[in-house]
Amino acid sequence: MKAGILLFPGTNRERDMALALQRVTGVKPPMIWHGESTLPAGLDLVVLPGGFSYGDYLRCGAMAAQSPIMRAVAEFAAKGGHVLGVCNGFQILIEAGLLPGALLKNASLRFLSMDCHMKVERTDTPFTNRFKPGAVFRSTMAHGDGNYFADAAMAARLEAEGQVVLRYVTPEGAATEAANRNGSVNNIAGICSANRRVLGLMPHPENQVDPLIDGTDGLPLFESISASFATAG
Amino acid sequence: MTDLPIPLAPERAKQLGAEFGLKGDEYDRVLAILGRTPSLTELGIFSVMWSEHCSYKSSRFWLKQLPTKAPWVIQGPGENAGVIDIGEGLAAVFKMESHNHPSFIEPYQGAATGVGGILRDVFTMGARPIANLNALRFGAPDAPRMKQIIDGVVRGIGGYGNCVGVPTVGGEVNFHPRYNGNPLVNAMTVGIARADSIFYAAASGVGNPVVYVGSKTGRDGIHGATMASAEFDANSEEKRPTVQVGDPFSEKLLIEACMELMATDAIVAIQDMGAAGLTSSSVEMAGKGDMGIELVLDNVPQRETGMSAYEMMLSESQERMLMILKPGREAVAEAIFHKWELDFAVIGHLTDTGRIVIRHKGQVEANIELAPLESQAPLYQRPWVPTPKLPVLEAASVADPVGLKAALLKLVACPDLCSRRWIWDQYDSMVGGQTAKRPGAADAAVVRVEDHKRALAMTTDCTPRYCLADPEEGGKQAVAEAWRNITAVGGLPLAITDNMNFGNPEKPEIMGQFAGAVMGIGAACTALDFPVVSGNVSLYNETEGRGILPTPAIGGVGVLEDVAQAVGLAMPEAGHALVLVGETRGWLGQSIWLREIAGREDGAPPPVDLLAERRNGDFVRGRILAGTVAACHDCADGGLLVTVAEMAMASGVGAKLEGQDDKGFWFGEDQGRYVLAVRDAPALLAAAAAAGVPARQIGVSGGGDLALPNGEAISVAELSAAHEATLPNLMRDGA
Repeated sequence: MKAGILLFPGTNRERDMALALQRVTGVKPPMIWHGESTLPAGLDLVVLPGGFSYGDYLRCGAMAAQSPIMRAVAEFAAKGGHVLGVCNGFQILIEAGLLPGALLKNASLRFLSMDCHMKVERTDTPFTNRFKPGAVFRSTMAHGDGNYFADAAMAARLEAEGQVVLRYVTPEGAATEAANRNGSVNNIAGICSANRRVLGLMPHPENQVDPLIDGTDGLPLFESISASFATAG
Repeated sequence: MTDLPIPLAPERAKQLGAEFGLKGDEYDRVLAILGRTPSLTELGIFSVMWSEHCSYKSSRFWLKQLPTKAPWVIQGPGENAGVIDIGEGLAAVFKMESHNHPSFIEPYQGAATGVGGILRDVFTMGARPIANLNALRFGAPDAPRMKQIIDGVVRGIGGYGNCVGVPTVGGEVNFHPRYNGNPLVNAMTVGIARADSIFYAAASGVGNPVVYVGSKTGRDGIHGATMASAEFDANSEEKRPTVQVGDPFSEKLLIEACMELMATDAIVAIQDMGAAGLTSSSVEMAGKGDMGIELVLDNVPQRETGMSAYEMMLSESQERMLMILKPGREAVAEAIFHKWELDFAVIGHLTDTGRIVIRHKGQVEANIELAPLESQAPLYQRPWVPTPKLPVLEAASVADPVGLKAALLKLVACPDLCSRRWIWDQYDSMVGGQTAKRPGAADAAVVRVEDHKRALAMTTDCTPRYCLADPEEGGKQAVAEAWRNITAVGGLPLAITDNMNFGNPEKPEIMGQFAGAVMGIGAACTALDFPVVSGNVSLYNETEGRGILPTPAIGGVGVLEDVAQAVGLAMPEAGHALVLVGETRGWLGQSIWLREIAGREDGAPPPVDLLAERRNGDFVRGRILAGTVAACHDCADGGLLVTVAEMAMASGVGAKLEGQDDKGFWFGEDQGRYVLAVRDAPALLAAAAAAGVPARQIGVSGGGDLALPNGEAISVAELSAAHEATLPNLMRDGA
């Protein structure tokens, strides 16, 4: 498979993401500068990593969403391309209109850096097919604006159409208020597009791919990606 | 030398000199060097270069006595940061620096720019920052403004570090009323560079361009270094305009742009514009290279209109660097900085005159010979008196009013020992993907070097109440504890940075604290082969005549050849023996038990036996590297029972403890001790005996309780609840 990682001014988890992808594919993916207006040919996956693009000034992801490269990403997604956005990448995807909803300030109004557990709500996506159905896995969050918001009608539609892929839960799998540290609607941690090929999530599974660093709970997500494109040829 | 500036009127110059902080005969020295009355810009340059903050005039005499050499030291004190060889062609570059005064006046920006400044000190040497740490001292939690200060400082550190994408992996916090008016914010950055491509500040090459990069210059922070060299009074909050404002986004761009330029061969010398901004960077770069420098300030990128030469030279606007480039490389450098959307301007060139000449709007604003600016800078051997020794407190003379269980519950919840989770939950400790031991997991933070097995172990330490009681023992203890914390994860301690926070050095008893601490630090560094490679001094930490506790904060760095060897402190599953290594005499003087349970702060602090320290530590590290240790935690604040409780709370696994029912044994703060959790206690005890290291088994892991030797038991869950509740409760209505 061939992945590319977008680099905006202020992106800071690109190396983490590159290492995670390298772990499953054997190659470090190329970085793609925000000022480019086209994506490299033959990409299977575009990844928007975490960070503070444009310092999170104005509104998280708002300025990055206007970058030249994002027009190319929108075209890529419209043609059925696969896109993964993590943390600030998720915020950018929302600001670019590639995923629905909004990401508000955490309910506590504080930056939250801590462990979290997520339940995999569906394993029939290109990003989650290596998880066992109903799997709960540990990850870490590190964000100030990860409080996913959709109004009642939109939230209901997302649930009905199966676009909620990841949900904050207790280690035992219960979607409680205590497990929902940033205050997201319906404990939503990650959602996908209607065609399931664009995924955005706030936590950082790219930091849980190495037994010597913080365990390998996040690895199935990357193995899913790798497997999806291996079978697709 | 025909170009001279317009001097101030003599009376006005003298009066302004005093306002700018020139003391005693310092103004007369300025006159003697110049041979005339200074201009406003010149007076500004002298006063900041000779401020305590920039000149170390009260401390240099003592600092020179510290051991700074070892075969692995590549660069000791005197550069932007210290540099040590960590093997495989890699170097660790690190320093700790205070931002105390600004953090009191404007906590968020004060702390944030402290982080920004120390990051620049490290990446200016060619190192990519891989970890931030900090050492914080706050006043009594109920003191006026204190919650606001705590909240602002923590948000500021997080706001900056999280955005630049450098993980904040460790730190320490104390609370004491003596910091009510002078909280301490000491920030440390550790970076990694190739050992053969370190960048230095010494300028060379007549005619080479002087280049300004980064953010634009504004009026913020003018005379910040002078403010940081004075005591506070009731009007100190009026000094807010001298606190700088940080922009971590620009800093992130600056890091990436500098790293990209450093990969070319365009740079001759580079230095960040920190305290005293353009003045100190240009004076120091030219001075270190025995060069002259000429600047045309019209070319300085400015974000405000109508700025004078004086304001530009004194501004402490953040996220700026000064570089000397090789001739003809301007275009390469400019393209990189413009790609990162940063300012780039050639603002001058090097000369062979040995002078700094500042031009602005066609006028010469300053023309100063550089050599005497440094060589005739004030150096004070201030009078000092040794701190009187306190009597040793006999444990038997103190009654135990509550017993082991009640004391433990109170201690794990007291401000100095409670969980710091509320703080570290606001710091991104994982970004970079290399953090193997994050806050709370081990005695030192462990961060792997990308694409290597090798990892750094890092810690910050100081026990100010020991330093107050006996500065020399306290200085020793601060170094020994840093060494111990690195050892306890399996790291080989290599070097330290020292951040000396003290009161007014013009008072002989304060200078005595400083002198004692330096002597203790020096003795410990020598005995432990743990030299000082960088540091910072913050004096005048006094408000209305009352000083802080003497606080020589130590930042230690060590190396692990393989990150897989690192051990944490969490109690392992049932069936591990807990073995105490080191000698226990039951030293209660200056212990937290004495303060929190007996209500006394007295006695001599626990002495550090440096030979035993080294012997015990080398033994423990050897057992860890041999793979026989499941967990290790050093015995520090609170003593042995708190140590075991911290291990239990980290995993939720309890232990059954054995030994005497004695407050001194369980709460004494004897030094040089560790608790190891091992499968094979007899093997460990035999090895200890063979090495001449005191060791005894004190319990076994397992269950959900800590079963105490007097028959009392307490659930780990109950301990954790008390331990975790303190800071959130304290800060609930704080912000």
